[in-house]
This record gives sequence, C-alpha cells and structure tokens, in this order.
Amino acid sequence: MSEFETKSDRKHLVVSKIKNGTVIDHISPGMSPLVLKILGIGPGSKEAVSMAMNVHSSKMGKKDILKVEGKFISDEELNKIALIAPEATINLVEDFEITRKFRVEPPEVVENIIKCPNQHCISNSNEPIKSRFRIFTDGRKVVAKCDYCGKKLYNLQDYI
Amino acid sequence: MLLSFRISLRNLKFFEVEIVFVIKIICKNHLEKFISLQSQKYLMSILKKRGVGRFRHLISIDELTKEDIVYILRLAEKFEPIARGEKASKALEGMILANLFFEPSTRTRMSFEAAMKRLGGDVINMTAQEASSVAKGETLADTIRVVGNYADVIVLRHPLIGAAKFAAENSIVPVVNAGDGAGQHPTQTLLDLYTMEKEAKLEGSKVALMGDLKYSRTVHSLIKALALFNTKIFLISPAMLRLPEEFIEEVDADISEVELEDVIDEIDVLYVTRIQKERFPDEEEYRRVAGSYVLTPELLKNAKEGMIIMHPLPRVNEIATDVDGTRHARYFEQAFYGVPIRMAILSELLGG
Ligand SMILES: [Zn+2]
Repeated sequence: MSEFETKSDRKHLVVSKIKNGTVIDHISPGMSPLVLKILGIGPGSKEAVSMAMNVHSSKMGKKDILKVEGKFISDEELNKIALIAPEATINLVEDFEITRKFRVEPPEVVENIIKCPNQHCISNSNEPIKSRFRIFTDGRKVVAKCDYCGKKLYNLQDYI
Repeated sequence: MLLSFRISLRNLKFFEVEIVFVIKIICKNHLEKFISLQSQKYLMSILKKRGVGRFRHLISIDELTKEDIVYILRLAEKFEPIARGEKASKALEGMILANLFFEPSTRTRMSFEAAMKRLGGDVINMTAQEASSVAKGETLADTIRVVGNYADVIVLRHPLIGAAKFAAENSIVPVVNAGDGAGQHPTQTLLDLYTMEKEAKLEGSKVALMGDLKYSRTVHSLIKALALFNTKIFLISPAMLRLPEEFIEEVDADISEVELEDVIDEIDVLYVTRIQKERFPDEEEYRRVAGSYVLTPELLKNAKEGMIIMHPLPRVNEIATDVDGTRHARYFEQAFYGVPIRMAILSELLGG
C-alpha cells in the first residue's frame, strides 16, 4: 500500500510511490501549485515532483497530492502550507517506508510569503524589509494580520 | 570584559540591542556587586544610550497595558511643574533627541522639542523638506542607522503605516512614533487620556466622540485605550463617516451611536475631530455635512457643569470660536499636556 493511500483511495491512485522524500497529502483541491510556491519549488528547482490535482478523497471529497522525491523539507517550511491547506498531512518517506507522519500546523509568524495589499504599508515600500504576518485561527479559518499595518487577511491564497 | 563589550557594540548591530537589554536588567539590580566603579560608569553610559525604562521604544498604544498607561500618566504629573517652567530640570542633560519628520507636523515636533529641552536635553531636527530630499536617495533604514549615531532617541513621523515599527527594528536607540500615516500616534492618545484625567475624569467616564470616526486615527487609538478604563463611549458622526463595524466588534468596550442632544446632559467629555474635505465626493456635500457638525455654545446649554470639550487641533471650523470662552473648552490645555506626557516618555526611554 502506498504511504498515503487509504482503502477507498486505492483505485484512484494516480501518483507512484517514492523512495525517499516528502509526500504532502490532503491538500485543499487546486492549491498544490501554490504549495510548491510556498516551498520555493519552481523553475530551476532540481527536485523530482509529482502532482495530483482534484483526485478523489474519502475525507475531503477532492484533494491534491504532492510528492517531492529526494528532498526532506523542514517542519518549519512544511507548516507554512497550513496557510492555504490547513488539512494537509505530511509523510516523510525513507526507502519506501513512512518514517514520520504529521498534520501541518499554521506557524505563528510568516515572513516574506504573504504580500500586504495595503499600498500605504511600509512593507510595500522600497525599504530593505520582509513582509511579516502574525497567523491565528478564527474558527476554522486561518487569518493573517500584517505586523506593520495591522491589515487582516482571510483568503490567504490571494496574497501569496 | 569592557573591551569585549566595546567590540560587540561596534560590530553586532542588532544582536547588540538584545545584549544590552539583558545587561540592563542584570545591572539594574546587581551592578555594585560585580563590577568596578569605572566599569559601572561605562556600562551605565551605554544603558542610558539604549534605554533603561519600562519600554525600549514607543510605537503603538496597543502594546501598552493599563498599568503601563497609568504609570506614564503618574510620571507626567510629576513633570508638570517642569513643563510649565516653574521648576528647572537637568534630567536629560547631555542627551540629544533627533526629530525625523518625513511629513510636516510643526505642533507635534515643537511639543517634543519643548519636552526634551525642559528636561535639559538638546534637539536636532530634520525638517519635512530635508527629509523628502533624503527619502529620494536613502532608505529609512539607513537614515535611522545614521541618525542613531548622532542622537540618543529618535522621534519619527512618516507617511507610511508601520514605518515606526520598521525604524525601531533598525535602530540602536529608542524610537518614538510621532505618527505613521493612518497608523499610530501613541503620545497623542496618552495626552488625550491625561487631559481627561486632569480636567474631567478617566476611569468610568462617559465620552462622546464627534466628527470623522471612520478615518481618524486619533479616534481609533483613543477608543482602544478608553476601553481599558471602563468608559462608556458615544459615537456622533455623519452616516458616511461612522466608525467601521469591524472596529466596533474588535474592541471590547461599551459603544453606542447617538445624537449629541441625547447625551449632552450626561457626558463628561466631548471629543471633537475634524471632518476633512478630501473624504467627500464634492464640495457641496462636504459643506452640507460638515456644517451640521459645528459645535456652538447653543448646543452646550444642557451640558453638565464639569463637561469638557477636547480636540486634537488644529481645528478648522468644527468648534465655533465663541465656544473657547465657555467653561467647557479644554483643547488648548490638552495641547499643553502633550509636553509633560512627552517628558514622561523621553525620561522613561532615556532613564533620566
Ligand atoms: Zn501591511
């Protein structure tokens, strides 16, 4: 059985097993390209990545899955995924075995990921400055608040 | 040991501030026990430079607790005779305050200048005009680093929100926010609270806020602070300048929207703010709306004896000049109270 595969998922399995690396499962459907962006994987990256979008999930209806071959991503990096995919689960795979499994938790603070939409905010000036947002949850929603201007953002995928 | 401190102070720009902060805490309590007199003097000179009080910077009223605020108000009271010129002080002798004003605000700048000079300190200024030419060639971060080498404290006014916080992150000396765009202006809020306490009452008072409640940073900060003092807050404004719903939900305070005549006989404070022309689509609309929010002696007929009228100044015409002579007008006293409040802040930041 694959490391993320559940009984009901088995027949829908669309991405192959990896030997070593990180599997990100239960990504909110359609969010996997943004997840890659958050992880800094894009043009020029060397990792082998397989992506499945909008596959069936017994738990979520639809979900995305990402497999990053040959790369172990730090928990700190992985937790940033919770900004846009709070349900995401992480499987770390070594030699085809899952060595660790956990659910992402939104970090308290994120730097340089979210762009503040407030044009009068110092983080949008030409200063040597990183955007910085405090993250909290409002019910099930992940909310980000700009540390510089106090602007609150709800649909974080629009600002990444 | 001293040598190594010197080196670290020169080289470790940001880390250094943390080190000094820790040393500060240790030294305040145990200085005599461990270090020679000469070393003590040297360390104290560093500490003085880096801030020894309750705060390292003053950026936002939100970062102060009620206890902090009460502490500052008590300190301001102590400084009042000096602020009035009845007593002299050399508490901050040998220290320099740098005013960095990236937009003009003569009143605030002069008030800080008066506060620093009344405490025996000195002031250097970068005017808005100079600042705008600096801003073209240099980042705020660089300006702050450079000026931090000339002065013991920086007072910053800047058009962008969050500028003061960013400046503090880049500064080796304390930074006081003297207004960052639509953001914060904590000394204004503190002097407003102080005025209420001195001239009417603060704890448990009934305060009506009138005018532009939507865009006024003064009003927003004041409401947050008043919420700490169990005040009952009344809002009086044109429909299009109402306090944002989101803001009301966020603040844990007793807030209601009213008309002035409904509450004039029960309020302790009437805080009036300017209605700005830029907020209106056309001149006609502005005149009509602003005209119906002009305070006249007639409207004050039923006011309580001790009710006071406040205004952050400068006013345009929202308070008729014949209100100035009534027993209620306090806006000029309010402007004066900015001096002892700023003395309290500077002395706290500089350990005077
Ligand atoms: Zn912002």
